[in-house]
Amino acid sequence: MSIPYTKKILQYFLNPKNVGEIEDADATATEGSPSCGDQVKLFLKVDPETLTIKDVKFLSYGCASNIATASIITELAMGKTLEYAKNITWESANKELGGLPPVKVHCAILAVDALKSAIENYEHTHGLMKEKIPTDDKILIKRLRHVINPVAGKDVVSTKLVDSVQIKDGHVKIKVALASDHQFYNNISSEIIERLEPLWDVDKVEVIPNEN
Amino acid sequence: MKRIYLDNAASSRLDDDVLKVMLPYFTEMYAIPSSQFSHQDGIEVNDAIEDARDAVADYLNVKSSEIIFTSGETESNNLAIKGYARANASKGKHLITATNEHRSVLNTFKVLEKEGFKVTYVEVDEYGHITPEDIKAALREDTILISIALVNHEVGTIQPLKEISGQLEDSQAVLHSNLTYGAGYLALDMGGLGLSLASLSTDKANGPKGAGVVFIKDKLKINRLFEGNFNEGYIRPGMVNVPSVMGFAAAVKMFQSNSDDIERISKLRDRMIEKLLKIENTVLNGPAVERVANNVNITFYRAEGESVVLHLDMKGISVVTGSACFSKSLEPSYVMMSMGFSHERAHGSIRATLSKYTTEDEIDRTVDAMSEVVQKLRDISPIK
Repeated sequence: MSIPYTKKILQYFLNPKNVGEIEDADATATEGSPSCGDQVKLFLKVDPETLTIKDVKFLSYGCASNIATASIITELAMGKTLEYAKNITWESANKELGGLPPVKVHCAILAVDALKSAIENYEHTHGLMKEKIPTDDKILIKRLRHVINPVAGKDVVSTKLVDSVQIKDGHVKIKVALASDHQFYNNISSEIIERLEPLWDVDKVEVIPNEN
Repeated sequence: MKRIYLDNAASSRLDDDVLKVMLPYFTEMYAIPSSQFSHQDGIEVNDAIEDARDAVADYLNVKSSEIIFTSGETESNNLAIKGYARANASKGKHLITATNEHRSVLNTFKVLEKEGFKVTYVEVDEYGHITPEDIKAALREDTILISIALVNHEVGTIQPLKEISGQLEDSQAVLHSNLTYGAGYLALDMGGLGLSLASLSTDKANGPKGAGVVFIKDKLKINRLFEGNFNEGYIRPGMVNVPSVMGFAAAVKMFQSNSDDIERISKLRDRMIEKLLKIENTVLNGPAVERVANNVNITFYRAEGESVVLHLDMKGISVVTGSACFSKSLEPSYVMMSMGFSHERAHGSIRATLSKYTTEDEIDRTVDAMSEVVQKLRDISPIK
């Protein structure tokens, strides 16, 4: 094997825990894309009274590192408060797994990001943020950095697919440097909408193609 | 249970008869050919090496004086390409190769670019084929060398070398080819293919590791890569790996009468491809025809390649993937990308390379295992 995994990682890879979908999930988040290698989608069911995680499940198109990390962090988060789960780091997952090969860490981070994003999405849709920071261009750009350009395998901001961002009265407009008949236009625009819609003060997200 | 090895394009099991030829050169005839001026032991080994050279020359249909022994594919490619370019730079500094060549070719060209050579990387089509007309279009007055592999290492595409060499009639440029992935699977006649330089190893077709050959057509000027004694016409100084060279010669003799093996391997390849394509959302990478006998390369969409390979490994089956997750650079296979494929197609690609030792039962068990693993991974995939 060109990539040395610990026995524990291989165990989780062969028999992942908490795999599947939660149909009536309170929050979901998707990180990565098949174009950059891995994609992981995470589902949360939250008790609104105690703000604890009642159920957490994941689906993964990814390598052993991604599957094993998603598996371990869902175990670490199950039954815990959102506050606790938010602070689960890839380092703690890595420790539990006995050490990932350095080259595979980014696949593990993706899984941890999915948990953080799902919790953040839950907080946004339920108005639970500590501080209600109004969404501005900077916040939009930050979120767009998680949308992957399948052509390059890198995010849409650094690959200059985003021409402009705008937010006005809860209405977000994202101009992209892609024509609507581009091979990846539908994929990218739906990922942008999925990424920005959960923001607490966003009502509508519109992706505008560049037809020139 | 015995493992199923389907990574023969990385390297293969040594043939038993080839091993028998090699063994005496470890324990009995262990002198080196350059000792021929000192003692009888050296003379005997030198005679054996010259017989090996004759056998290789016969296989390639060239003169024995045109054969240089090296350590393998990588050294042969470096010696042929760097050696010819550096020795002939006064004639021109333009070189041509293709985007899907082996790393030992591409990285050699990168070094030459740093030395001031200009390189045109000709693009390939969706099956990995090079069009002879594209080579012609890339030719310049100062083009001195073109390097195109006979067979692509990852998807098995066979290139039209004869047609490519036919485009060079009015040019000073010579054609080099890395023949390694065709050796043992295709007839190799240097005149017929129109080659002036060639590199090969036999270890993908049950020959030994540690020996390679460069064919250098008569009187072509070539610079050696490193300094040492006068071995191999002073073109390739350094220790001749006598047992491996003897094994190399035994292997090419075997290649001259292996058409039954090739036919059987091709049938197994076709059986495997046909069965795998019955799995939903599966595509063949590389051509359906003009494909080397032992190469299968398939993408299973919605199943990430490293996970497929790891599951198969734990089931005792050895294959490889073009997935970024599998590579140390975290880049998907450049060969897949050179054919204009999406990242996803590259990430899901699996290469299985057969040999004459591969059995029908092994192929069927591998297909069953792949089918099961792909289903398992698709069940947990967020991409529907």
